[in-house]
Amino acid sequence: MSVVSNQNTGTGVSESDVNQLLFTGVMTTKLDDWIAWGQKNALWPLPYGTACCGIELMSVMGPKYDLARFGAEVVRFSPRQADLMIVAGTITEKMVPVLVHIYEQMLEPKYVLSMGACASSGGFYRSYHVLQGVDKVIPVDVFVPGCPPTPEAVLDGIMLLQKMIETHQPRPWKDAWKGPRRD
Amino acid sequence: MHGRDHAVIKLEVLKEDLHQKFQDPQMSLSTSFGSHILEVPKDKVVPVLSFLKDTGKYDVLMDLTAVDYLPRQPRFEVVYHLFNSKNFQRLRVKAKLAEGDTIDSLTPVWRSANWFEREAYDMYGIVFKGHPALRKILTHHHFKGHPLRKDYDATKTQACHDVLPIEFDDGTRFQEDPERDLVPLNLGPSHPATHGTLRVMAALDGEKIVKAGVELGFLHRCFEKMAETHQFNQVIPYTDRLNYCSAPMNNIGYCKTVEKLLGVDIPPRAKAMRIVLAELSRIIDHNVCIGANALDLGALTSFFYLFELRERVYSLFEKLCGARLTVSMTRVGGMAYDAPPGWFNEVLETCKHIKKGVDEFDRLLSKNKIWLQRTQNVGSITAEQALQWGYTGPCLRAAGVGLDLRKAEPYYGYNQLDFDIPVGTTGDVYDRYVVRMEEMRQSVRIIEQVIKGMPGGDFTIRDKGIVLPEKKDVYGNIEGLMNHFMLVMKGIRPPVGEVYDYTEAANGELGFYMVSDGSHKPYRLRVRPPCFAIYQSFPEQITGGLLADVIAILGSMNLIAGELDR
Repeated sequence: MSVVSNQNTGTGVSESDVNQLLFTGVMTTKLDDWIAWGQKNALWPLPYGTACCGIELMSVMGPKYDLARFGAEVVRFSPRQADLMIVAGTITEKMVPVLVHIYEQMLEPKYVLSMGACASSGGFYRSYHVLQGVDKVIPVDVFVPGCPPTPEAVLDGIMLLQKMIETHQPRPWKDAWKGPRRD
Repeated sequence: MHGRDHAVIKLEVLKEDLHQKFQDPQMSLSTSFGSHILEVPKDKVVPVLSFLKDTGKYDVLMDLTAVDYLPRQPRFEVVYHLFNSKNFQRLRVKAKLAEGDTIDSLTPVWRSANWFEREAYDMYGIVFKGHPALRKILTHHHFKGHPLRKDYDATKTQACHDVLPIEFDDGTRFQEDPERDLVPLNLGPSHPATHGTLRVMAALDGEKIVKAGVELGFLHRCFEKMAETHQFNQVIPYTDRLNYCSAPMNNIGYCKTVEKLLGVDIPPRAKAMRIVLAELSRIIDHNVCIGANALDLGALTSFFYLFELRERVYSLFEKLCGARLTVSMTRVGGMAYDAPPGWFNEVLETCKHIKKGVDEFDRLLSKNKIWLQRTQNVGSITAEQALQWGYTGPCLRAAGVGLDLRKAEPYYGYNQLDFDIPVGTTGDVYDRYVVRMEEMRQSVRIIEQVIKGMPGGDFTIRDKGIVLPEKKDVYGNIEGLMNHFMLVMKGIRPPVGEVYDYTEAANGELGFYMVSDGSHKPYRLRVRPPCFAIYQSFPEQITGGLLADVIAILGSMNLIAGELDR
C-alpha cells in the first residue's frame, strides 16, 4: 500500500484518482472535491415539465439519449428528494406560486436548469399570462436555448452543471436569492 | 355538385321549419364560405337551439365562443357551432350582444356548454344567465379584466401570488364536515400523473371520491391573443405548440383553414405529404398517450417500448425539416419545401418497424392481468353521454360512435384510401386503449398507400400574393426580391369573412374558427380544442369512483395541456 499524491489539486477528483483508489485502496484529495465528485455524478432531477419541452425531456430520459449515462436517471417527483430542478416548458403566471413553492421545498445543495426558450425568457409568448423567464422568481444555474432544445443540448447543459459543481464555481445569483422578485 | 344541391335543399327545409316555429323577422339564415349561418336575437338563442336539438337536426354542440367587434355596436357576438353526428351537417348560430348585456346559458340544453361558457366569460366578460357556476377558467384568480377583448393589451401581465384553494366543479369550496369526515385531496399541478399542468381536487370518503373538481389554465399561453397579433404565416409556429405531441397536425388544421378562407386548392403532392405527416403524428401521439397511461399505472416498460418508436419518427421529422418536435412544416398554400430524396422510402422502412413494434407491444400489454383489471369497466361512458359532452376522436369511437372526419367529411383524398375506423363498445379506458392501438395500425396502412401513389409535381401553389418566392429568385432577380419584400412586409391579405374548418386530429375534431377583417393578421382565431370538451366530463366521471381510477381515466383522455389551455 502506498500513499499517492493528488496531481490535480483544485480541479476536483480525476479519473486517475479513482483508478488509484480502485487498485491501491488509497487516494488523497480534498474533502470538498470528494463530495463535489459524488454530487456531480449523482444528480437527482425533479422534472418540472409543463409543455412541449417536457416531451423532449422524456426523450432525454428515454432509451436513445439515456440521461442515466450521466448519473442523473433517478427522477424524483418529490422536491425533498431532488437536487436538480429541470424547468421544462412555459411557466405561466398561474404556475408561479406552485413553482416557487416546490423550489423552496428542495433541500440544499440545489440547482436549477432552465430548459428551452419559454422557461428562460418567455420565448415567443410575449403575452398577458406568461412569465417572462423563470429567473425572475427562482435562481437559475444553466439556461439551455432552443424551442424545444434537442436532447443533446439538454445533456450539454447537464454536463455544464456538472463542471460547475466540480470546480466549485461561485453562484452569486443563488446566494443573493431571497424570494421571488416580481415587478 | 350533388352534395351541394343536397345542402341547399337542407337549408330551405331548415329555413321553413324555423319560420313556422318562430316567425321572427329578425332571424336570418345565410351561407358564407360554404357554411350555413343562422343569426338570431340574443333572447331567442336558447329556444332556437333547443328546437334544433329536440327535432334531431343537430345533436352535438361542437364549439361555443365569442368575438369582440369593437368599436361596432353591439360589441360582442356569441358564436355556436352545431353538428349532426349522423349526416354530418353543420350550422353556425350567432347572436349579437352589447357590453353589459347578459345572454341565457345553454347548459340546460347541452352539458358541453358549461366550460365553453366559462371560457367566453373569462376571455370576454360575457355573462351567461343561469349558468351553474360561472367563473374564470383559464386566467388565474387574481387576473383583472378580460384579455381577449380588443382593448386589452396583449403584453400586459398580472402577477399571481397564491394558489386557488380546493374548489369543486360546481364552484363550491371544501368545508370541514365533522359528521362525514371527508378528506380533501389535491393532485397536481406538479404531480407525475397529471402531466405537469393539470390540477385535480377531490373530497374523499376513504378511497371513494365524493366530490371532484379540476383547475386548468396552468399552461394558458394566450394562443388566441398571439394569433391576433401576428401575420398568418407567423401563427404556424404557435400552432405547433397546441398539441405538441402531434405538432404537424395542428399546422395542417390551421393552414387548411386559411386556405379555405383564401379559396385556394393546394397541389396533390402537398396533400399527400400532409397526409403522411398527419398519420405519422397520429402514431406518435398515440405512443405518448398509451405509453404515459400505462406508465402512470405502473407499467414502466411500455414507456420505453413506445418511445423507441417515437424516436424513429422524430428522426424522420429531423431529416425532413431539421426539427424533431415542433416542425412547422406546412405553409399557407402547401408545404415549406419538398421532402429530401429517399425520404419516403425511409418512412416505409420506419412503418415496418412501427408495425412490428405495435404488435410486440400488443403482446406485452393487451392481455396483462394488472392492465386489464386497472382499465376494464373504468371510466365507461355511453354514446349518448359522450355526444352530449362533445366528445370526438378516439374517446368517442371507444364509446361506440364510428365518427371520424377522415371518413365522414374526407379531405385531401382520404376517401380514396382504404382504411378502417376502429370502434369500441363501452367507452372505458381499455376500449380507448384498443382503439388507439388499432388506429396506429390503420395509420401505417394509410401511409403505405399514400406513398405508393405519391403524386409528383409541385409541393406548393405559386401564387405571388400567398407564397414566398424561392430563395434563388429572391437573390437572383428583382421581381423575386420585390415579391419577397412585399409579402413579408404586408403579409397575406385574405378576403373579409369568417370560416370554420376542421380536421381529424389525434384527439378528435381540431377546429379553427377564423374571422378576417381583410388585414394581414387574423382578426380572431378560435381553436376548438378536442380534449377541452372531453376533460369537461372528467369531474363527473371520477365522482363515486375510486381514487386509483382517477389516474387511469386521466391518462386515457390524452389531455395535452398546450391544447387544453392554449
